[in-house]
Amino acid sequence: MTRAFSSADVIYLIEAARWTIALALVAIVGGGLLGLVVAVFRVAAFRPLNWLASAYVNLIQGTPLLGQLFLFFFGLPLFHIQVDSWVAAALALSLYSAAFLGEIWRGSLQSVSKRQWEAAAALGMPYRQQLAYVVLPQAVRISVAPTVGFLMQLVKDTSLTALIGFVELTRASQIITAATFAPLPVYGAAALIYFVICFSLGRLSARLEERPHATR
Amino acid sequence: MSYNFRFSALTPYTGEIVRGVLLTLQLSLITMLIGLAIGLLVALGTTSQRKSIRVPVRLYVEAIRNTPLLVQLFIVFFGLPSLGIRLDANLAAIIGLSINVGAYCGEILRAGFESIRPSQIEAGRALGLTAAQTFRSVVLFQAIKAIYPALTSQFVLLLLATSVVSSIGATELFHQAAFIDSRTYRSFEAYALITLAYLAMTLVIRTMFSALYWMVFVRRPQP
Repeated sequence: MTRAFSSADVIYLIEAARWTIALALVAIVGGGLLGLVVAVFRVAAFRPLNWLASAYVNLIQGTPLLGQLFLFFFGLPLFHIQVDSWVAAALALSLYSAAFLGEIWRGSLQSVSKRQWEAAAALGMPYRQQLAYVVLPQAVRISVAPTVGFLMQLVKDTSLTALIGFVELTRASQIITAATFAPLPVYGAAALIYFVICFSLGRLSARLEERPHATR
Repeated sequence: MSYNFRFSALTPYTGEIVRGVLLTLQLSLITMLIGLAIGLLVALGTTSQRKSIRVPVRLYVEAIRNTPLLVQLFIVFFGLPSLGIRLDANLAAIIGLSINVGAYCGEILRAGFESIRPSQIEAGRALGLTAAQTFRSVVLFQAIKAIYPALTSQFVLLLLATSVVSSIGATELFHQAAFIDSRTYRSFEAYALITLAYLAMTLVIRTMFSALYWMVFVRRPQP
């Protein structure tokens, strides 16, 4: 039996969009923690750490996210770790985000002028204080806009988790399409919800880029 | 009891994998070329004086950049048939990917055009070059140099993104993983091998692109 695409379905889609947002947030927090490690390893004054971090970034950025998702989904059970699609999706997207955030933050750190380090050193600050009081506050401001920009990218990427069966916005619209046989309105509505989320994030990122010192 | 990895189970399928690699390269190249053509129109459209051109082009770019590729593919492959446009999976994949990458290429090309300072053109004309000569030897070279890094990384992103079209049943490399999986029941091995094949492709292509950049833009042959 097919039924018409109704307002109840739209509400179902919006509710499913919460899982899209939740997954993106989990991934950006999990990926952020690991991304900090990647960024620090990339700039550390110890070559093997640089190599390790850049090998990781190349591995993640050189393979399709879809492949990474499938490897977690099929791979973890082989080590007797029972995962549902939510755990596999959250893990894969976190590791994926870590590579991108690590690169964004490395760029932000390196875009702070060398002279800022020298000036701080001239004031007699030890390395830790140079980093904490002079360089990091500037690097963090530079990194905010591209980080929000990446979050927008991440929201779109969560759609791929539908293919390992995680019920978020895209999977929900597949389910409704199967019941209503109205693919165009359903996927159109899903696209509109993605648009609202991503467009807002894009605007926010652009605003933050225009005013990098808004906190002052 | 622990799992025994058996990658050897995949060896009979070497032919399928090679075919998948070639199909993916072919799909990426075709869609990149169509995407570049769309991108050129988009770049011209967004800088147009006429609002009736500028606004629709802007809408297209924003619509594409703010929605996931997967949903765009579903709209093309599952949505269009309800309007009477029936496409086979491979054609839908090419159309969906081209429309997608066209919007991104448009943004890259626009930034490339805008990066040329007017003083460069004035300098060319002041040296006695004609408008066409100025475009060819002053503007074009610099514009290509400016967009080259973004465009080549867009190509690598596209190559990885083509894996998504396996979800609508188009035949390319990632599709072969599902096929091998269904024959051997070695899901992890199949997807691991295919994922590594993508890695090998992106590494080779990135190396080729940066070698080309070095040859053309860094060590520029003296005329």
